[in-house]
Amino acid sequence: MKTMPKWADVLLVPLISLLIAFALSALVILAIGEDPIRAMELMVTGSLGSTYGWGYTLYYTTNFLLTGLAVSIAFQAKLFNIGGEGQAMIGGLGVALVCLFIPWPNWWLAIVAAILASALFGAMWAAIPAWLQAKAGSHIVITTIMFNFIAASLMNYLLSHVLRPTTSMDPATARFDNVLRLPRLHDILGLVGIDFSRSGPANIMLFIALAFCVLAYVLLWRTRLGFEIRAFGQSEAAAHYAGISSFKIIMVAMLISGALAGTMAVNSVMGGPQRLVMNAVEGAGFIGIAVALMGRSHPIGIIAPALLFGFLFQGGSELAIETSIPRDMIVIIQALVIMFTGALDNMVRRPLELLFLALRRRA
Amino acid sequence: MKLTRTLLGATAVAALTAGAAWAEPALIYDLGGKFDKSFNEMAYTGAMRWAEETGMEFRDIELQSETQREQAIRRFAEAGYNPVVMTGFSMATPLEVVAADYPDTTFVIIDGVVDLPNVRSVLFAEQEGSYLVGMAAGMATESNTVSFVGGMDVPLIRAFACGYAQGAHAANPDVNVIVNYTGTTPAAWNDPVRGSEITAAQISQGSDVVFAAAGGTGVGVLQRAVDDGILSIGVDSNQNYLHPGQVLTSMMKRVDNAVFDAFTSGPEMETGVHVMNLQSGGVGWALDEHNESLITQEMRDALAAAEASISSGELVVHDYRSDNTCPYSVE
Repeated sequence: MKTMPKWADVLLVPLISLLIAFALSALVILAIGEDPIRAMELMVTGSLGSTYGWGYTLYYTTNFLLTGLAVSIAFQAKLFNIGGEGQAMIGGLGVALVCLFIPWPNWWLAIVAAILASALFGAMWAAIPAWLQAKAGSHIVITTIMFNFIAASLMNYLLSHVLRPTTSMDPATARFDNVLRLPRLHDILGLVGIDFSRSGPANIMLFIALAFCVLAYVLLWRTRLGFEIRAFGQSEAAAHYAGISSFKIIMVAMLISGALAGTMAVNSVMGGPQRLVMNAVEGAGFIGIAVALMGRSHPIGIIAPALLFGFLFQGGSELAIETSIPRDMIVIIQALVIMFTGALDNMVRRPLELLFLALRRRA
Repeated sequence: MKLTRTLLGATAVAALTAGAAWAEPALIYDLGGKFDKSFNEMAYTGAMRWAEETGMEFRDIELQSETQREQAIRRFAEAGYNPVVMTGFSMATPLEVVAADYPDTTFVIIDGVVDLPNVRSVLFAEQEGSYLVGMAAGMATESNTVSFVGGMDVPLIRAFACGYAQGAHAANPDVNVIVNYTGTTPAAWNDPVRGSEITAAQISQGSDVVFAAAGGTGVGVLQRAVDDGILSIGVDSNQNYLHPGQVLTSMMKRVDNAVFDAFTSGPEMETGVHVMNLQSGGVGWALDEHNESLITQEMRDALAAAEASISSGELVVHDYRSDNTCPYSVE
């Protein structure tokens, strides 16, 4: 039964949650003796006030679009993929190998290969927890979390011992050839005469990520496989009765999820620093969970939350530079947003539902 | 399009030149944190000294993750801060990219080399300072075993270890030098718990003087040394005051002077590679009221003699980085 109109469910609930989170953050900022209004202004101007800010905001947005999408697809099959972080790290390894060891003649061949490689590596990293869930009954939440740690240790080892150039002290790969530099928004928007800052790393992956959102929508709602995934997510027993193989759905949903998380690395490795550094994922795998929760695991619904978190991420780093608010405080603000929009969803939803019921009765 | 860009470029240059008179300097601390009681804090001390002496202000930022490096440098350059000073060898690769994009901003990198006309690269002769504290350790030890705790296992830190081992052997031919590193990632700069564990293991092998060249990790090393009643040697900053009477000395790396000098010279500073060694006062060992009772007259004389012969070039301390080898094992 629908107690609330759809617009209230999709817009009002997240918006109110967000307002509460911001109000609490303001209190935290007040408590350490800073001005919350100025802080908000700094965050907005720093992330949305210039094309320089937009260049970074949209770069982070791209990361969150792909990891959010990854979590969403798995969640449609009621699989909670906490391993986006590790899958993206391993995806980054795929990107680095393709970019370092194959002499590509141009960037667009390289990006196709990089996307395929990162998707393959990410999917492989998701395949083991998926298989364990499907065959051995090991809970996917636990195994994917564990695989994040394994991925981090593996990357530490590879970057400090195997992939580090002998002349360098920094645990990171060499810089990729300049031919592989992805067109950034400066180059793309320049074609249609829009002037955009050269500095921001937002690049063509933004459009590819948006295209993936549309493709994911088509997959979930316009194909037989999508129907099977959603049916499995709604009721495993019913899906089984209808002849849907749970092994197949768990594997396919997790492979797609891992592949999408992996492709995030094309943005954060090839699009950003153009080399593989440590912590290249920067928690985007976890933020993807919040993005998916806020976007109700809908491939189109996650676009706005991805932008919101892109804004928080870029605005947060501006805040760290411009004020004496420590960066840890910014993590608190992000955590509050995640908590209210994700975990405490019912705290806002219940009263709203009651309100709408009361209004309906009166009408 | 091309014309617009040239025009825009020209305005940007004009704005920057106009701003040169009031441009604030900026400082970026690498992973490990501003208050690591060591390397980064030394940079902060230098910047604060400049701010107090001139009454002017500077901006600074602590990095939280590897990926933020390029954005932080770019952000300061974009906002017109000049010069932009940064600490740590890991900044070299991102700086190479950003410095080329902002030719009118002067950058300073400490512990790294970037070969561009608008970058000053400051290097220290850590092996020389480490040699001196190694001598002190070799003379102070009673068990003939001294040890070294490095931060991240990189050639830079091995240069500390190698200088230390050479000094210890020079002062005490029978000495045994134990060398350990905290890790192979930047997390090794800020892991006092691990530092303490390594020190405990070294003590159980007989070490009674430990030298920590590990940034924030060293705090744990020094604490464990105090707890177990052995002597320790601090690094970068003068850390003698942390545990008065129990820190033998500190290997001073005058990062503060490098930052102070860069801020004072401003955007017009001389760029290129600057080596700060014992002779130019870039490195040295600390003697103050907290450790004077530990340093005997014999040590003072020996260290003074070694200082003189290193400064004159008579004694050359082998630099691990020159050929990635050391006369003593620093694995």
